[in-house]
Amino acid sequence: MVRLSDHEKNVLSGFSGTTGDQMAMELVVESAEILGADSLIPVESSHVDGCLYHGDSGVLYCEKLAENGTQVKIPTTTNVGALNLSKLSQTKLSKEKRDMAYRLMKVHQEMGCVPTWTCAPYQAGARPSLGQQVAWGESNAVAFTNSILGARTNRYGDFLDIACAISARAPYYGLHRSENRTAKLMLDVSNLSNKLLHEDAFFPVLGSMVGKLTGETVSVVHGLPNNATEDQMKALCAGAASTGSVGLVHLSGLTPEAPDTPTALSGQKPQEIITITKEMVIDARNSLSTPKAHEIDCVALGSPHFSNNECRALLALADKKRFKVPVFICTGRHTMADLEHDGADEDLKNLGVTFVVDTCVVVTPILPEQTGIMMTNSAKFAHYAEGNTGYAPVFGSLIDCVKSAQSGQLIWDNSVWS
Amino acid sequence: MELKTKSTVIIGGNATGEILYFDAPISFWGGVSAETSRVVQAGHPQNGKVTAKKILVIPNLIGSSSSSAIILELIYSGLAPKAMILGNHDAIIPIGTIAAKQMGWGNVPISTLKNPDFKTGDWVTIHSNGEIRHNRS
Repeated sequence: MVRLSDHEKNVLSGFSGTTGDQMAMELVVESAEILGADSLIPVESSHVDGCLYHGDSGVLYCEKLAENGTQVKIPTTTNVGALNLSKLSQTKLSKEKRDMAYRLMKVHQEMGCVPTWTCAPYQAGARPSLGQQVAWGESNAVAFTNSILGARTNRYGDFLDIACAISARAPYYGLHRSENRTAKLMLDVSNLSNKLLHEDAFFPVLGSMVGKLTGETVSVVHGLPNNATEDQMKALCAGAASTGSVGLVHLSGLTPEAPDTPTALSGQKPQEIITITKEMVIDARNSLSTPKAHEIDCVALGSPHFSNNECRALLALADKKRFKVPVFICTGRHTMADLEHDGADEDLKNLGVTFVVDTCVVVTPILPEQTGIMMTNSAKFAHYAEGNTGYAPVFGSLIDCVKSAQSGQLIWDNSVWS
Repeated sequence: MELKTKSTVIIGGNATGEILYFDAPISFWGGVSAETSRVVQAGHPQNGKVTAKKILVIPNLIGSSSSSAIILELIYSGLAPKAMILGNHDAIIPIGTIAAKQMGWGNVPISTLKNPDFKTGDWVTIHSNGEIRHNRS
């Protein structure tokens, strides 16, 4: 049985609050029972993934929650929806489905969510602090907020995320509890070359290895350089959360709960130490690509959503040379505002970039219908491309993506991986 | 021969139907079509199989966080499985089921059982207390 406070009991019984408040509390309490939690914990922010259209039922459910003015009780950001709200026709859905997808996004705003529409809310101002209890959805954002920021959340999915935001409660279990945040496995990358450890393209590949090697088990990566960038860590978290159910991975010397490896392990011996070799990295890199590609049909960037820095890196690498194949940059409004500030958005469009804002090419039909080869520097795009879009993925560094887009041929610089 | 097995109830309910056994891990999001209920994951041994009105035995469920939405959509459109027997404890699928109950759209009993000894085509009855009876020919 889940122990409830008087306030929680009152909302659950319908004595206080709207019917939406009651439904939300019921979903949280029943989930707590299923998960074996003995109480609920107050949460201070939420990031909601349930605004992506999967069918009419989710729209009707959220509209039911929102009846009579039900509001979220804590700061709540929205993940991507199915539509680019400034360019609705970009999504190739029927008018009926597009209308429903729009209703779903709108009802989240009506409930008081901040309309960020991004899978990188942590780069749009939503940055929970160390030790803060939150209820976040979207697998990469969960891994980032737990690992890189040190806030505490489990992997909240559709409906439970918005229910937590409305009730300001979450089941008290899993990564909310200190004892479950200790690393049990250690991945040692210190044998890899210093050059490789500094390559942007190494991080998503390492992430995909973390996901496959650790699954749900909390791990610590030992031996990364202490000047890894936030975008590199973002790519690592996204890779890990797409190949495995990774909610938390400590990066020794980089992340707040891992000033050093013994601290991340709480002074215990790891259950296992896995030494990462160059051959393992190459294998993991290869597993993100369809073999035998020669020509590419498009480039997709921005999973998680491309940051201002990443957009500007692309602009510099392209050196004013136009792309021969479509290049899609998925990003958020926060980044578009930064780019528009000095006209960098126009410079990118002039190269042949199509911006996909508020949404993403892998969660909703945007790419050209004639499928083919999609090149990307994102492990997450590479992981989901085939199943969700029909495109066969090729993974490469950002430089590889730029050169390939400019020539239309697959160009791979293998020296990156030495 | 009738066999009795006791499973752990997550969502209670009674159901009788034919087993569809998943020989490989599956995530409902990306793995099962919300429009047709068919398994769509490329290369999956059950690819193309209809899940509607079957009792699904899934020894290894991958808990993609959008799977709640897929099960809710299947229940809403009348394409739900009759019941689910999962090998691992999972909250994502039950959350979609609880949401469906709140909307009055129906129920899908869910229980967990380690190493479930069933095969596709077996006919089983699940009771609300978790007892599973099945006839093996």
